[in-house]
Amino acid sequence: MKKPTPLQILVHLAGWLPLALLVYNFLTDNLTANPVQAIEQRTGLLALNFLLLSLACTPLATLTGWKELPLRRKALGNYGFLYASLHVLTFLWLDYNLNLLSIWRDVGTKSYTLLGAAAFLLLTPLAITSFPHWMKRLGKNWKRLHRLVYLISPLVAVHFFLSQKGDFFNLQGNILQPLIYAALIALLLTLRLPAVKRSIATLRSRAQ
Amino acid sequence: MSAKIPSSEITPKHAYLTRRDFMKAAGLAAGGAILAACATPPAPTPAPSNPQSGKTDERGDPANTYEDITNYNNYYEFTTDKEGVARLSQNFPTDPWQVEVTGMVRNPGTFGLEDLIKAHPPQERIYRLRCVEAWSMVIPWQGFPLASLLRAVEPTSAAKYVRFQSIYQPQNMPGQKEPWYPWPYQEGLRLDEAMHDLTLLATGLYGGELPAQSGGGIRLVVPWKYGFKSIKAIVKIELTDQQPQTLWNEIAPHEYGFYANVNPAVDHPRWSQATERRIGEFSRRDTLLFNGYAEEVSHLYADMDLTQNY
Repeated sequence: MKKPTPLQILVHLAGWLPLALLVYNFLTDNLTANPVQAIEQRTGLLALNFLLLSLACTPLATLTGWKELPLRRKALGNYGFLYASLHVLTFLWLDYNLNLLSIWRDVGTKSYTLLGAAAFLLLTPLAITSFPHWMKRLGKNWKRLHRLVYLISPLVAVHFFLSQKGDFFNLQGNILQPLIYAALIALLLTLRLPAVKRSIATLRSRAQ
Repeated sequence: MSAKIPSSEITPKHAYLTRRDFMKAAGLAAGGAILAACATPPAPTPAPSNPQSGKTDERGDPANTYEDITNYNNYYEFTTDKEGVARLSQNFPTDPWQVEVTGMVRNPGTFGLEDLIKAHPPQERIYRLRCVEAWSMVIPWQGFPLASLLRAVEPTSAAKYVRFQSIYQPQNMPGQKEPWYPWPYQEGLRLDEAMHDLTLLATGLYGGELPAQSGGGIRLVVPWKYGFKSIKAIVKIELTDQQPQTLWNEIAPHEYGFYANVNPAVDHPRWSQATERRIGEFSRRDTLLFNGYAEEVSHLYADMDLTQNY
């Protein structure tokens, strides 16, 4: 086995520590008076953060030339899926006690949960196909499939927006945090546009 | 209806402050077993460190602990983090406190909290509070019916609504520095809702003062409406003939209406209101029409379409 790089160690620590902290907080009853909601919100936010970090790898590598970054993209994405799964599990099981009628009343009829569900369903095949043999098997299609994340991340951003009490259209309420996430996702997607990528590459080669 | 509880049944504070300590010990000792324990409803009186106060609402459901009530607060004037309100409101000055009563009344005036309490002796009311976010608590307030104050100031015949305004004090309320909210908080009731005996001006909690994070100096409690109607830290009450603008209605008019009656059949546009989580319980329970006070208040809305007047 190859010796892990510092970045690799950092990524895996960052991946598991929040879960350890969550379990610790649960066991010591430090998850507010409403622990189910606290778990739901924390795992959701963690999933969003890891999704964002995995999206940031490629543009950051383009900007900085740090070639190791894209290699960590997949692990970060998988941690995103881990927390998304815990988030969904918490919703279905802890929150709704697998009560299908209640779940349907929310998921089936409300765009807020519907968007979250769609994002999770789209994310699932990406996590499944993250194993090396799937990469080989899918060849070029692997990359195509994983471009789904460009659709998933805006879905998650809107889902997060809808979880907060506020109104996007008249910019009132609890909207600062969702706005920051939406802006970051928009930025990370924009940096992937071929024209933008080309001009960054030109700038970098001039700078060197 | 007023729940009458003899003062002998009031639990000393040290008894209900121990829940967290108990949970911490249990959590560390029992480890993962606590997950299984949470799935069963809390036993009635299991241990000497039992946090239950013995207080129940009129349906027999136990009051939430003082610690939960005062550490899980939706109070955006301080922060949107419910657990952060208690800390940020620690030094918020609630004494002295004054309320101006003005508008269409014969006897307007500005009243000190102590004078209000003297003129309108507080009684204990154990009410359910149902948040629009689908969680709920049972809270033993001390307070007096708003009607009692209104009768004293004598609304004129032109008065149709009551408008309430919270304190605006950004130097002590960090959340009020945020530009995303039309501060100060304001709320309103129709005059007949305001005159209803259930509508309370709360000045105390669990037999003690009303802590800042729970809305002290003085707050409104309208138990059949979503929690955001029960405006905190009131400094102004105004009788008017116009339906008052309310803060959440201004922010998102299609989501937060003027009436905001608890109603399991009328969803919030983003989530169902059919069920709720009672703080301290694990599974959801069904939400009751008018939060269980239908018998007392449904006549107020006899001719109204509740899906239109949400």
